[in-house]
Amino acid sequence: MIDDAIRCDACPVLCYIKPGRTGSCDRYANHDGQLVRLDPHVVLERSVSRGESVVPFLGESRDWDGSLVSGEGMFVTAIGAGTTYPDYKPAPFIISSKVEGVEMVTVVTEGIFSYCGVKLKIDTDRHLGAECSAVHAQGEVVGHVTTNEYGSQMLSLGGVRHLTGGSRHEGVVTCETLLNLCNGKAAELAIENGARVVVQADKPPVVDGVQEERMRVGCGSATIGMFAKQWYGKVDEVVVVDDHITGVLSEHQAGKLLGVAETGIKMKGRRSTPGRYFKVAEPGTSWGGTNLTDPLSILDAFDAREAWAGLRLLMVSTTGEHYAYFELDEKLLPAEKELPKALQESVERIRENCEPALCTVLFMGGAGGSLRAGVTENPVKLTHAVRDALTRVTCGGAPVYVWPGGGITIMVDVSRMPENAFGYVPTPALVAPIEFTLKLSDYATLGGYMDHVRPVESINREEDSRKRMNARPENPWPLESGKAGQKT
Amino acid sequence: MSSRSQALMFNDGRLHMNDGPIDLIIEAFGDREQITQAYRAAAERFVTVLDELCGELSMLRQSPDDGAPPIGVIARRMTAAVRPYASQTFITPMAAVAGAVAEEILIAMTTTAELSRAYVNNGGDIALHLTPGERFVVGMVERPDRASLFGTAAIEFNDPIRGIATSGWRGRSFSLGIADAVTVLADTAAMADAAATVIANSVDLPGHPDVVRVPACELAPDNDLGERLVTQGVGELQAHEVSSALASGVCRSRELRAAGLIRAAALSLKGVVRIVGADSQSRLFLSRERNLIHA
Repeated sequence: MIDDAIRCDACPVLCYIKPGRTGSCDRYANHDGQLVRLDPHVVLERSVSRGESVVPFLGESRDWDGSLVSGEGMFVTAIGAGTTYPDYKPAPFIISSKVEGVEMVTVVTEGIFSYCGVKLKIDTDRHLGAECSAVHAQGEVVGHVTTNEYGSQMLSLGGVRHLTGGSRHEGVVTCETLLNLCNGKAAELAIENGARVVVQADKPPVVDGVQEERMRVGCGSATIGMFAKQWYGKVDEVVVVDDHITGVLSEHQAGKLLGVAETGIKMKGRRSTPGRYFKVAEPGTSWGGTNLTDPLSILDAFDAREAWAGLRLLMVSTTGEHYAYFELDEKLLPAEKELPKALQESVERIRENCEPALCTVLFMGGAGGSLRAGVTENPVKLTHAVRDALTRVTCGGAPVYVWPGGGITIMVDVSRMPENAFGYVPTPALVAPIEFTLKLSDYATLGGYMDHVRPVESINREEDSRKRMNARPENPWPLESGKAGQKT
Repeated sequence: MSSRSQALMFNDGRLHMNDGPIDLIIEAFGDREQITQAYRAAAERFVTVLDELCGELSMLRQSPDDGAPPIGVIARRMTAAVRPYASQTFITPMAAVAGAVAEEILIAMTTTAELSRAYVNNGGDIALHLTPGERFVVGMVERPDRASLFGTAAIEFNDPIRGIATSGWRGRSFSLGIADAVTVLADTAAMADAAATVIANSVDLPGHPDVVRVPACELAPDNDLGERLVTQGVGELQAHEVSSALASGVCRSRELRAAGLIRAAALSLKGVVRIVGADSQSRLFLSRERNLIHA
């Protein structure tokens, strides 16, 4: 009966806990055979962890002077704040702290977002699917392909129509897909008449089973444009191999302007404009996103009227990962030679200018509704305070972009948020942490719940139910600088 | 205090105590000194509570008539609270553990200090203390994961009610029924706890294909419910099915009320709420508007 259960010895109840379940306290769980403690509430700590101790109740009065622990370097996130069963109450945590002498207050809540989704940027030049094509997950439509950006394909996933406007199953799958992506987990997506991609925030995309390594520096034609001057005089001809547009220096406008001589080169593929060729090969994982293993296979014989023996030819991919150097022999056939030092630098420069290919996930949601009523009795004032930059909005301590115009519609890079910051409700809708930080005096003006404000030091004392994390150094400290708190 | 249990103060004057699965939120009202004294008494009493219960845990996980009565004062209170049901249905003293613990801590406080009023909230099962002229208003929530009050209960000194408990399949304990929440007002917290469990079990649609039921022992091998099927999911229900499930719960609630085991009950399923005991004795009020915290 007990087989795969583990016995928790955290307290005398000694629960047997099955894999994936929690004990009777809901605080300890069996995670893949390991007893783990679940931490319901995340507190960001600004400094590296200090050896703080729990302040015991017994033997002390309830008037703490706060001298043991200072709240200055602490920010209470909304992660887990909305689910503090059994002490459940509609009002969220409202935390005050002193920052450089100014009394600040942070209203911490977990919002239920029906109007929300993910904007996904996939760094790849591979064709994932036509614009407006449906994006499927587990057989359900969860979004669509939107605009193609430079070096990236964009997908728009989720949104209220997929969450609650379609079938129950569509909503559940959409919610699960969004939740996984927002919590930094991988999701497998199939694009209508296109590719299958595995995407994960801050990780390279996997397109039809192949992991993308780098973004190209530009298309083959753009690469010619960028590096023509560096090649001029050091080499007679350059072919930048690219699955999208292969560039040829001597024919390209950039080469012409520099006065590069005709070389008699003959390209396979379909010429678009001078020096720019489509479809020199099939898509693949080799040279410039093509299937080429021998770059010379995209060249026909040089034209004897223009070519000459000793002509120097560089072939390179748009990432600099593949390159080869040739000189024409007496029969005008290319013979591979070692890459001259002067050209090594230019190849290296292409590589240096490529960025690693990543998937990036922006959560987008609208907090314009009744969530605001948990912050103030006068909800539209919160909207105005956010608009006027009196109130700073963060998600799990991460900075957000607030869209101009009506409502509080935000976008946040999920990789700047703490791990597993998102949850869901079976509506289905996503639960995302959201914090509003403002001056205590502004909060009073706003019609805030002043009698629910509690000092951050009181959070310090609930040590055991909170998870402390170091704040991400790349994020601005939510309680400091910026406009919030400075404007009067 | 034992190293395991914790007692911490919230800045707003509430005391939070935790030990293993026991989680208490306590608030006392009165003179400052009296409050401090009451909290001290609560914390001192709390230290041994879990050990007392665990010492008799295997007995408390069996039907109350299966053996000799337990020794501990809390265990005896649990047993007494479930005994009225034991002849008709399977129930163990564990059905009243939360309410019985809340009562014990409240007793420790009120026998030590003069308080105008006080409550001990043990995961939604609440023991109340009132003096003349005092009252409590308690909000009722259908689901622990959602911020929606479906009603309030106002309890005054003259009411016989000193215990409130809520049970449902979404809560921390397992339920045999499908109610989202059943909130019961009774004379003591332990009585309310046992009754809420029994009524929540009776809000049911036996054999309904869209109700997911799993043997309790598959989820928690040492649970007192053993191989009995506990609810793990409730699919979409037709309006008449919701009514039918609630009707059997209402029927059970009326029986318990007639027997003096409860004073009032509020039963909630899929957003539909039924009240039992809606007369001058009842202190239940339904919310007109839902306060869902929603983006």
